[in-house]
Order: sequence, then C-alpha cells, then structure tokens
Amino acid sequence: MRFKNEISIVLVGEAGQGIQTIETVLTRTLKAAGLHVFATKEFMSRIRGGSNSTTIRAASSPVRAYAEEIDLCVLLDGDAYSWIQERITPDTLVIGDPAVYDHLDELIPLPLADLAKQVGEKIYANAVACGFVIGLLGLKSALLEKTLEELFGGNQEVLDKNLRASRLGLEQGEATAKEKEWFCDLQTNPQIAGQLFLNGSEAVGLGALTGGCNFIASYPMSPSTGVLQFLAKYAERFGLVVEQAEDEISAINMGLGSWYAGGRAMVSTSGGGFALMGEGLSLAGGIESPMVIHLAQRPGPATGLPTRTEQGDLDLALYAGHGEFPRMILAPGTLEEAFECARLAFDLADASQSPVFILTDQYLLDSSYNVPELPLPAEPDEHHIVETSADYRRYALTESGLSPRGIPGYGQGLVCVDSDEHDEAGFITEDAEVRTAMVDKRLRKFKGLRSEQTVKHHLFGPTDYRRLLVGWGSTRLAIEEALARVGDPETAFLYSPQVYPLSEQVQEHLQGAQRLIVIESNATGQFARLIQRETGRQADACWLQYNGRPFSVEALEHRLRQEVTS
Amino acid sequence: MTTNMFVREGCDIAWCPGCGNFGILKLLTAAMAALELDQQQTVLVSGIGQAAKIPQYMQVHFFNGLHGRALPVATGIKASNPNLTVIAESGDGDMYGEGGNHFIHCIRRNPDLTNIVHNNMVYGLTKGQASPTSQRGFETPLQPAGVILEPFNPLAVAIALEASFVARAFVGHKEQTLDILQQAIRHRGYALVDLLQPCVSFNKLNTYQWFDENTAYLDENHDPHDRIQAFASALEEDPLRLGVFYRKEKPLFEDQLLGHKKEKKPLFQRQVNLEEIRRLVQEFNG
Ligand SMILES: Cc1ncc(C[n+]2csc(CCOP(=O)(O)OP(=O)(O)O)c2C)c(N)n1
Ligand code: SF4
Repeated sequence: MRFKNEISIVLVGEAGQGIQTIETVLTRTLKAAGLHVFATKEFMSRIRGGSNSTTIRAASSPVRAYAEEIDLCVLLDGDAYSWIQERITPDTLVIGDPAVYDHLDELIPLPLADLAKQVGEKIYANAVACGFVIGLLGLKSALLEKTLEELFGGNQEVLDKNLRASRLGLEQGEATAKEKEWFCDLQTNPQIAGQLFLNGSEAVGLGALTGGCNFIASYPMSPSTGVLQFLAKYAERFGLVVEQAEDEISAINMGLGSWYAGGRAMVSTSGGGFALMGEGLSLAGGIESPMVIHLAQRPGPATGLPTRTEQGDLDLALYAGHGEFPRMILAPGTLEEAFECARLAFDLADASQSPVFILTDQYLLDSSYNVPELPLPAEPDEHHIVETSADYRRYALTESGLSPRGIPGYGQGLVCVDSDEHDEAGFITEDAEVRTAMVDKRLRKFKGLRSEQTVKHHLFGPTDYRRLLVGWGSTRLAIEEALARVGDPETAFLYSPQVYPLSEQVQEHLQGAQRLIVIESNATGQFARLIQRETGRQADACWLQYNGRPFSVEALEHRLRQEVTS
Repeated sequence: MTTNMFVREGCDIAWCPGCGNFGILKLLTAAMAALELDQQQTVLVSGIGQAAKIPQYMQVHFFNGLHGRALPVATGIKASNPNLTVIAESGDGDMYGEGGNHFIHCIRRNPDLTNIVHNNMVYGLTKGQASPTSQRGFETPLQPAGVILEPFNPLAVAIALEASFVARAFVGHKEQTLDILQQAIRHRGYALVDLLQPCVSFNKLNTYQWFDENTAYLDENHDPHDRIQAFASALEEDPLRLGVFYRKEKPLFEDQLLGHKKEKKPLFQRQVNLEEIRRLVQEFNG
C-alpha cells in the first residue's frame, strides 16, 4: 500500500494530553519536510478529560480545508475511538495502545504507555506518537529533532526526554512501515519549508497591527481570546495599549474613548460578549466614532457550545444597536483575507467614522496552514484625523456626511461629542430640523461604504454558470475544494469577504444566477436573508449545518454531486 | 471668579432653578481656572443624567457618553493620551448604580483622573426614583413604601479598594469645596469627590438645610494617610463627614502599561512600524 499525494492524520486524546503540542510538532515537521500542511482542531469545553482531536492534512499541493476522511488515526486514550469512529473507513490505519484497545481487530499496535514510561512519565506518549507518524511516513528523523529542539530547547531535561521518546516512536513507525510494506511518495518542495505557518487568530492579530491598531480592551471569551492574547504578547514591542476590561461594556467604551483621543482601538469578543456591547455599538453610531469589532462566532444561543463553531451571529452584527446608523461587516474566509480584513478594518473605520466588524468563527481562528506570504502594504495607512481650528465643529454638515474628525490636544478647537442628538458643534438639541439633518448626514456616510468594493470578491468556476453557490466567511475553502472535486461546467461559486454592505459587483453576479444555493453554518440562512433584503433575489436552496462542526469537503462534495445529477 | 475660559456664556441650561448642579458648575470651572488648566488639554467625560449635562455648559473638550459608562471612556482617553487632564463627572445613579462595576474597577486601575459624583441621593432626569445613595425609608413613586435597601457608601467602598484619593464635599460650602476640587484635580491618580448636591425638584428630604445640619468636616487632626481612620470616618452617618478622607501615592494605570514602556508619545502621534511587523511576520516561518 502507498499513500497518494496526500495524507490525512488525526490524533485524538483527552484534554490535557497535549494534543496542541502534537499538532505543533507534526505540522512544523511536515512543513519542514516540504509538504503543504493544514491543521484544525476540535475540542470540548473542559480543561481535563473529554476528547480533543486535531486533523492534519499534508499534501504535495495546497490543502486548506477540513476533510473528514482519515488515512492515519492515532488514538491516545481509551475514549478516543468512540469519538472518532464515524470518520474511520476500512482504509484508515488505526494506531493505538494494544493494552487499551485489545478488542479492535484492525488496530496497529503501538505500546504508547510502555514506551513513554521507558523515558519517564506518560506525558511523553505524545512525543512517541509524533515519532511514530514521522517514521511511518519515512521522513527524516533530523526534521523532527530540530522541531523538538526549537520547542523545548529552553529545558534540556525535557528536550532530552522528548527526543528519546520520539526516537522510540520513530523506530516503531519505520518498522511498521517496513513490515506492512507501506511507503509514502508524497512529493515535497523545499520552498514550502520557508513559508509562513499561522492560524486565524494570528492572522487577525497581525492584520490589526498592520492596520495601526494600538489599543485593545476586551474581556476573555472563546474563541475570540486568541486575538487578545496575541496582541498582549506584542504590546511592548509595538507600543500597544492592552487592557483586560471588567466586562464587554467597559471594553467597547474604553475603545471609543481611545478613538476619541486619537488611538486606533479594537475589541475582540464572541456573541455573548458582543450582546453586551450593543449599547456601545449604538454609541459609536451616534457620536460617529470609528470602531473595530472582532466578533468571533461560536454556537449560541446563550453560551451555546463554547468551543465549537457556527456562523450564527451575522444577524447580530447586522442589527445590533438601537437607532439607524451605518456599519460594515467583513467576513474573511482565508488566513490571507483574515489578515487583510483586519488591516483594512482600521482604515475603513477611520475613513467612514463608523463601526467595522471582522466577523470570524472558531473554525477559522483555530485552523492553520502554510501561506507563501501576507500582503503587507508598502506604506502604513494614513490617519484621517485633522488638526482643529478655533471654530471647529465636530459634526459640521457636509455633502459626504463625513465631518472632519478632530481629537483633543491637536489644534485650536474644542472636540465635543455627545450621545444625545446634537447640533454641528456637539451640543444637545431637540430641534426637529437639526435632528433630521443629523440622521441624513449619518446615513449619507453609508453611500461611500456601499459603492466601494473594499476586499475583492471571487468567482470560482465557469463565468457562464447556471447554478451559483454562495458562501461566506470560513466556509469558503471547503466549498472551493468541493467545487474543484466535482468540476461541474455549469456550477460556479461566488464569494465576497465584504458581506455588508454587498457591493454592486456582487449583486450583479447574484442576479445572473438561474439557481442560487446559499451555504452557511447556521440553521436559518442568515446570509440568504441578507441577500434577499439587499437585492430582492431569493435563494433557491440553502445548505445549512449547525451541529457545531465545520462543513467538511466531503459533505459538500456529496451534496453538490446530488445537486448536479438531480 | 465671575468669568473664565471654561465658562460657556449664554447657553440655555436645562437644570431647575435652585438645583445644586449650578453651584457645582461654578465651583468646577473656578477650580479649573484657578489651577490654570490648559483648555486644549482638558477633557470632561460624563454619562447620562442631569449632572452629566455639565460639560454642555462649559468651554471644554467633552465626551458625553452613555449612562454609567463615563469611567471606561475616561480610562480609554487617559491611556491613549496621558498628557490630557481627564475629569469624569456624573450623578450618583450614573456612577454608583448603572456604572457600579466600572467604579470598582476604575479604582483598582488607578488612572490619573478625577471622578466627581454629583450626589443628590435621587434620580433627577428620570424624575425622582431612588438612587443607590438614597436613605432607607425615602419615599418615591417607585418606592411608595420607602427605600428598603441599604444605602451604598461610596467612600467606604473606595477606601476599601484603596482608592488613591477619597473626598466628600457639599456644594453649599463654596470655599471648602473649591479647595477639595483643586486638590482632587491636582492629585496624581484616581480621585473621587462625592459631592453632595440637593435636587430641589425630587428630593424633598435631603435639602440644603438638611445637608447643612447633617454634615460636619473631619477633625483637624484627621490623617488622610491613615486608612483605618479614613474608613471609620467613612462609616459615620450622623453627621456625614466632609473633607479629604484618604490619600495614597500609587502607581498609575497608564504608567504601567507595557504599550507605554518604550514609547511615551500619545497614541495619535505614533507611527506603524512596518519594518518591525515584517520581522514579526517572518517569525511565523517555523
Ligand atoms: C441604559 C440606560 N438606562 C436608563 C436610562 C435612563 N436614565 C437617564 S438618567 C438616569 C438616572 C440618572 O440619575 P443620576 O445619575 O443620579 O443623575 P441626576 O439626574 O440625579 O443628576 C436614568 C435611569 C438611560 N439613559 N440609559
Ligand atoms: S431634577 Fe433635580 S438634579 Fe435635576 S436639575 Fe432639577 S433639581 Fe437639579
């Protein structure tokens, strides 16, 4: 037996067993070997026990989406099998400790516990497992050793034990491959070794830094915390104010205070936290403050499935906040887009004096893969603040709806902002005419947002399509791969990271579809509703999934084949 | 003390005739003028309520935000531009009720800002409901049988949290209040001034006369560095003590932020360091 030009590896174990470490070690080593690598994890909301898994795809050509099929499955504890059973096929190689899984006929035995104990404690089982996989694939042990040195180099004793454990595993892997006559002919490309490897949280964080983010106040909530932690790590290096607020209400108000004083602030939160920010969002609308909101979706309602994924908060982002005011929603689908959307969000918020959302989800944030580069700009974005004159009026009525935005301490004028309806100078008014003029002015700003195509949309597949698939956010890559697998000449896939407002170009594509199919990870088709509201075009079908898991390439492929042949 | 640059002449003031807020407006602008604050570097932040309207009647930068949220906004401003003098001002309902959580945590952070609370022991703008500082038995349309809750003691809470400056004043005593306000604004760190102020429309219990009769200054030998003594004085109810209860030098929030370690400039003067970001991106090639 031989592996094709791709292999899918899944490692399952309890929380606390170091699945994250295994993922890091294996992805780094596989990439160093010159393979394209994708990894995504799936975990339970608990610190110990339960079941966590990581799915790693390594291939000769780029892989970037979650696939269910497993070529190689490593079971790290007694419960693992039942969690992964559905994804195991007759072709899957199942590796586990014979002492635990004596009843599994197809088991390829790897005495994890014994080998780990030879080295020291049972936590070294994960190094044994990593060694086994690398040995089985016939990859060089030096690559694995180098990765371990990079990760554990700070502690010689721990490093030595990891090295010994991995060597024991590697020998077993090599022996098994030889005995069963497996070999692996994955084509490698040395250039990949030097590529970037990052996850969604890191991509959002790097984008925010590049966009000039210098202030973040937030309250921890999965899955948004990764971005907050990323920025906290680099606070000193990049001169970034980071504060863990007492709650989300405080966080967004601190952020608005920062923008008022000339900072470029963002908040990172999840649905439940953002629910608390509703009044702050409305305040941003009323005082015409820029604001960047990273809203990382997870299944609701209430606290829902804390560690799993969903696209259930589009409506929340769209309708949160009382009163009428413009906003923009960007929903990246790739890591490059996550970087770009996060970067652009600051400039867009600053230029439009309106809130801008970066709408992500657990799946996107916790997935990682190699990318050749991130689109760094040549120059930093310009700030849109002005030096004020003595007669400065914060809410001067203008044709574009945008009043030049001053900040205190820069110029001769006074910067007066008020959450009550206000006149041009920022003073409270109940004058009916001024009220109407101010509402009109705020809504006029929206025109600029609407016509602009800020982050490019994509049309995959034929341009003379009859059937159009539409997805948004993190479903992009799985739909792309499924479409490529099916390769139907009449089916295309339309995708735009700017989900609101929908640009005119996207609207044209939608109108041209004979059959429109919207694919989303929620139960009611929120994006389909948005499309109908904005364009009048009703979706002919919605493919929805809301079980807390990401769409797999296979599930979409299957659905599309049925669709095409029906 | 009649005209100064912080006074906005000729504006239509929405307070009831006789309201204690007028006195606070006068004293605050006088204190700011006496301290020669730089008008371009001074920001007033307020929430919602009658008290919170105060910046509308002044010549100053202001951020009049949402009910209860003045302190987070003020903290965000101060952390983004530490050169600004920031004063957060609002009513007792705003700061201690809706904003209670922020009050606690703002004290813990200790940004260099002055927090003036117009304490009239009632909700003015919404027409006379109980506030967190209303006394037991105080009858309102919403509490027809009288307030049954224990009144919130802002000074005791602030001292318990080791706020860096804690004072109580009464608007009827001009000289002393002016002095306390100046001390509070000059103080480096979070400074609370609980400022007693009659609401002539909705609080018929705590009137000018009532405050006059039920307050007394701290003893001359009160040591504001003695926390236990300060706490004991804060617990006194009959009479309510006035003066500076407690003060302590503490590290400032903004001074300790990692983001201000290498660079001291306000955020709006900072440049994105693309070169350094490029280097960071390259660190992800492992
Ligand atoms: C979120 C929210 N809830 C309620 C209100 C209504 N409201 C406005 S002012 C106020 C109370 C203000 O009381 P206080 O802070 O004591 O100020 P005063 O008017 O007495 O000066 C309330 C409840 C509001 N504006 N926003
Ligand atoms: S209602 Fe009370 S607090 Fe408000 S202005 Fe009138 S007297 Fe002052």
